[in-house]
Amino acid sequence: MIPNKWLTVKLPFHIMPFLSLMLVLLITLSFSGLAQAASPSEAKVAGFASTAYWDAISKGESGRTQSQANEAGQLINVQGEEWRHWRNQWITPAGAYALGGTLAVLLIFYLLVGQNKLDSARTGNTIERWKRFDRAMHWTVATLFIILAISGLSLLYGKFFLRDALGASLWGNYATLCKLAHNYLGPLFVLGLLLMIVKWMKHNVFNRTDLTWFLQGGGMVGKAHPSAGYMNGGEKAWFWVLTLVGIVVCASGLVMDFPNFGQYRETMQLANLIHGGASLLLIAASFGHIYIGTAGTEGALEGMKTGYVDETWAKQHHDQWYDEVKKSDR
Amino acid sequence: MARMKFLCDSKRCIECNGCVTACKNENEVEWGIQRRRVVTINDGDPGETSISVACMHCSDAPCMAVCPTDVFYQTEDGIVLHNKDGCIGCGYCLFACPFGAPQFPSDAAFGERGKMDKCTFCAGGPEEDNSPEEKAKYGSNRIAEGKLPLCAEMCSTKALLAGDASEVSDIFRERVIYRGHNDGAWAQNQAEPQPEADLAYDVTQPKV
Repeated sequence: MIPNKWLTVKLPFHIMPFLSLMLVLLITLSFSGLAQAASPSEAKVAGFASTAYWDAISKGESGRTQSQANEAGQLINVQGEEWRHWRNQWITPAGAYALGGTLAVLLIFYLLVGQNKLDSARTGNTIERWKRFDRAMHWTVATLFIILAISGLSLLYGKFFLRDALGASLWGNYATLCKLAHNYLGPLFVLGLLLMIVKWMKHNVFNRTDLTWFLQGGGMVGKAHPSAGYMNGGEKAWFWVLTLVGIVVCASGLVMDFPNFGQYRETMQLANLIHGGASLLLIAASFGHIYIGTAGTEGALEGMKTGYVDETWAKQHHDQWYDEVKKSDR
Repeated sequence: MARMKFLCDSKRCIECNGCVTACKNENEVEWGIQRRRVVTINDGDPGETSISVACMHCSDAPCMAVCPTDVFYQTEDGIVLHNKDGCIGCGYCLFACPFGAPQFPSDAAFGERGKMDKCTFCAGGPEEDNSPEEKAKYGSNRIAEGKLPLCAEMCSTKALLAGDASEVSDIFRERVIYRGHNDGAWAQNQAEPQPEADLAYDVTQPKV
């Protein structure tokens, strides 16, 4: 059986700026009438001893063997090089740019706009926003997320600088710790995330208020404070990113975490690419969530820390929810 | 500087699995792991062909490129070795390797694969040459003794060749020329049936 080949892209991620430059140049040239008919110079690979036999083997043909190892009958795993290329030339650099870029944007935003302060003084009266169970769940999932992110990033990027910084022996132990933490805490994170999704989904249905909220940029810049219920548009967006991307990360992670089911290399290569890409996206998005929840908004962390928020904060950020609470109090 | 390579002459391999046994015995390989295997294509059919395969000690080794802990290294002779102390058993080398060379003693839940094991070209590991530690982790270090890998040395039909790439290809080229085959020794060309005399290099006959 000859397996299907993946889409072959032999260009590294760093070719992107060059490609976009070429595209701009091409468009400019075609508009100025200088473009010439491109001659298709397909590099025809001269077949070296290209018999059907060798051809089949290099495409992944399997035979019979005494070895009991998984997929031992396949002489050449054609997917491996594709996986290596996608992982090393695309996921690795693109992830670094995504994380670094997000951090840079947040830093610039903080320096330019600064913290979203409370407009009026605190009243001293507080409203309960998060129950003990909600807070315990949030911090459990958050702690697991951070451990998984650090261990995962260490395994993807650590070899470029941590190995030299720590020395081979310490690095070996640290990497083992990262892998064990990742593999054993991962399934716990899956459970925590699923519970969180189920518990909080009812708060996160989008409505018309959220549309206005988004159109006004969530009141991140300027004095305006768009209306919001218990959860604002941004919080709902983060919930759904975490839900959808998170489930993808969890599912692909479980595929790799349980090789005891004998899944093929091809399955695990694909799972690895999906897991890497999706989790890097999620980590970058989490930077935004962490920023807004801590340094970005005055009084936001109190809600998740103590469970209670000041009335001034509630009125400013979640006016509709504040009104509801006040109405039911009466 | 030598550039070590394996080459398996598919016209000579008779699927005796002698190389597999030699490797397993010489290196005291862990239970459940087979560093070398023989794969037979078209088994039982006309055109049946066997190839012995293990780590091919790639110049641009994919395992080295994807290892998260960077435990692989290449010797001056181009042999790809790894340091088991740093191996975390993630399995990435197995995903990347075209030849299925990296093997793991286990594939238990939570990614408990154990430390990767693969063909060392009988060159041991980073420990002191032929020390008990090296022997226990990686098996024999015949290269340090000036010997070639035992699988190739014991091959009964001399199908499996090991050694400096230029030497190996010289031997193979001689066979190809003697066979007078259009496609070299790789071919099973059904369209052009070859005369019986071309099937193997007969040492008893004088060279042409």
